Amino acid sequence: MSYKLIKRLFSSSPYKKCPQVCIVGAGPAGFYAAMHLTKKLEAVNIDILEKLPVPFGLIRYGVAPDHPEVKNVINQFTKVAQQANVNFYGNITLGKDVHLEQLRQNYDAVLLTYGAEEDKLLGIENEDASNVFAARNFVGWYNGLPADKDLKIDLSCNTAAILGQGNVALDVARILLTPIDELTKTDITEHSLSVLSESKLKEIYLVGRRGPLQVAFTIKELREQLKLKNCRTIWNEKDFQDVEKIVPSLPRPRKRLTELMLKSVNEKQTIVDDPNIKYFKPKFFRSPNKFLVDDKKQLAGIELTCNILVGDNLESQKCVPTDEKEILNCDLAFRSIGYKSVKADKDLTLKQGCIPNDKGVVEDASSDLAKLYVAGWLGTGPVGVILHTMGNAFQVAKVMCEDLGKLSNTQTKAGFEEVKKTIAQNNGNVIDWTGWERIDTYEVENGKKIGKPREKICDVEKMIEVAKA
Amino acid sequence: MLRNFVKNLSSKNLRCIIKNNGGITSFGNIRSIAPLSTTELALKDEKINITFVLYDGKRLQTEAKVGDTLLDVVVNNDLNIEGYGACEGTLTCSTCHVVLKDEDYKRLPEEPCDEERDMLDLAYGLTDTSRLGCQITLTKDMDGLEIKVPETINDARS
Ligand SMILES: Cc1cc2nc3c(=O)[nH]c(=O)nc-3n(C[C@H](O)[C@H](O)[C@H](O)COP(=O)(O)OP(=O)(O)OC[C@H]3O[C@@H](n4cnc5c(N)ncnc54)[C@H](O)[C@@H]3O)c2cc1C
Ligand code: FES
Repeated sequence: MSYKLIKRLFSSSPYKKCPQVCIVGAGPAGFYAAMHLTKKLEAVNIDILEKLPVPFGLIRYGVAPDHPEVKNVINQFTKVAQQANVNFYGNITLGKDVHLEQLRQNYDAVLLTYGAEEDKLLGIENEDASNVFAARNFVGWYNGLPADKDLKIDLSCNTAAILGQGNVALDVARILLTPIDELTKTDITEHSLSVLSESKLKEIYLVGRRGPLQVAFTIKELREQLKLKNCRTIWNEKDFQDVEKIVPSLPRPRKRLTELMLKSVNEKQTIVDDPNIKYFKPKFFRSPNKFLVDDKKQLAGIELTCNILVGDNLESQKCVPTDEKEILNCDLAFRSIGYKSVKADKDLTLKQGCIPNDKGVVEDASSDLAKLYVAGWLGTGPVGVILHTMGNAFQVAKVMCEDLGKLSNTQTKAGFEEVKKTIAQNNGNVIDWTGWERIDTYEVENGKKIGKPREKICDVEKMIEVAKA
Repeated sequence: MLRNFVKNLSSKNLRCIIKNNGGITSFGNIRSIAPLSTTELALKDEKINITFVLYDGKRLQTEAKVGDTLLDVVVNNDLNIEGYGACEGTLTCSTCHVVLKDEDYKRLPEEPCDEERDMLDLAYGLTDTSRLGCQITLTKDMDGLEIKVPETINDARS
């Protein structure tokens, strides 16, 4: 790649005297912030530090393999990374290879965008039973996230339950219900393809605490599920009592989503005698009370508490438990009730799963250190889609631009030159953009051999080996 | 100057990468090099003027090819609209949200399909005359069209 050569030839010094910005986490928030900063500031140097040897965060490891179009945004991010004043440094973990204080000493501004990777627990009995998984780990498994590649999942059973009714819950359901032939053409990992191809699952429940008017998934994902080949959707008609009456008064997005559900309810799909047909069964007004296990601590079912909604105003209706219980027999369960961020560095304070901030600015007393910012899921909590992460990242980057503009010109921080000395002591394998391009090429070539757009490397050691080749 | 040189070079590389992947999307110039029917050829030469009005009032006036989508126009003319067209016209991102004047909205030849409406439902500042730019194909009578590009910045928690 000729431009890399040029970049290397000239990158050794001309940007020294400009603001040095460090971004931690190479997901959408990090890239969108870098995009804004490079567009709005005449001179700036941006170093993006990333835990994995590879960039793109949840675009690579969250977005479902059957949604390749969503991943097109990688092209915009690649453009950002290829600019001469943007550097990618992979395989560097904040809190392990480098500490926040060092970053704040050596840069003019530090932006944290390391996401929300830990899943929320239900906190109920037997949550550690075998065949109870975090949806996020299952997603990581089929998407080739190194930490999840060895997940042992048994799909030889008939029934699965997903606890939660958001888009990730629908992703999990869809991957489990999609005819296998349609997945073989995607970049889903080979190890999960072979497990999925042996699946005996017939039905999947999608269990929600509240009612049809409160579902968190969006209409596009529902429409896709309803159109899925060889799959029927079975609703409980009673859950939709009175819903129709309310529809006209709903705001447009909620209205259209509810209308789509009602349309499907009115189709009254039923169980048929055909071994090829699978079933998708949304279940409302139920909270998991405990997991039921057999003597080998194998999941056997879930005890559910039945809930009712109280209050006249639809918008502010509260969900309250009743004394009624119900058993849902299933041999596999996924919890998908949200995520929280981790405290990556000792100097960070988290509140309710994210870093408290005011328009992205993290307030603290360390005035002698570089200002600290946060964007993306780490700052907003794990809500919304890429579009919303983009809006937030632009907003935070805008504040950073204003602040950096006020810095006096004399400030010259050493940036990565200095930080890398410490990193080298902990970790000799920093992966730059050229390294990622090697991994990328390798993966695409390996995918080509088996008719897939890409076969991901699922092992960090192997990634490093390919990047350094 | 040097920076620009490097930038141009890299964006050219990128186009090539996209081309090599095959024309799966209607991104940029792929569409315009594909079919060679005579009508397409004739259309190719027809140009109109349109104006994007950004949320901060900035006006981006540009020449546009009849037959291109609004997304094509943004990409081909390198218009500086941040983050526009993330999914490259595949109806999966809604970063190409635009707001039209009432009369312009009404005279568009095609109504938005369900999938377009689905994506619009995610957009900030959704209006009754909102459309996705990747789904609007320019016709000759759209000369002088003004397109509002709403702000994407909002509190993600709301
Ligand atoms: C399963 C799933 C599917 C989704 N599908 C879609 C979809 O189809 N369409 C859509 O629009 N949105 C989708 N989303 C939402 C979208 O992924 C998010 O909006 C977006 O990724 C949030 O971006 P982020 O940069 O805040 O976090 P992330 O994407 O999580 O990026 C964080 C980055 O930081 C790195 N990191 C973590 N810890 C450290 C550390 N200590 N040091 C250095 N780096 C670190 C991570 O490796 C990662 O690369 C999906 C989300 C999930 C969970
Ligand atoms: S470009 Fe993504 S929806 Fe139009």
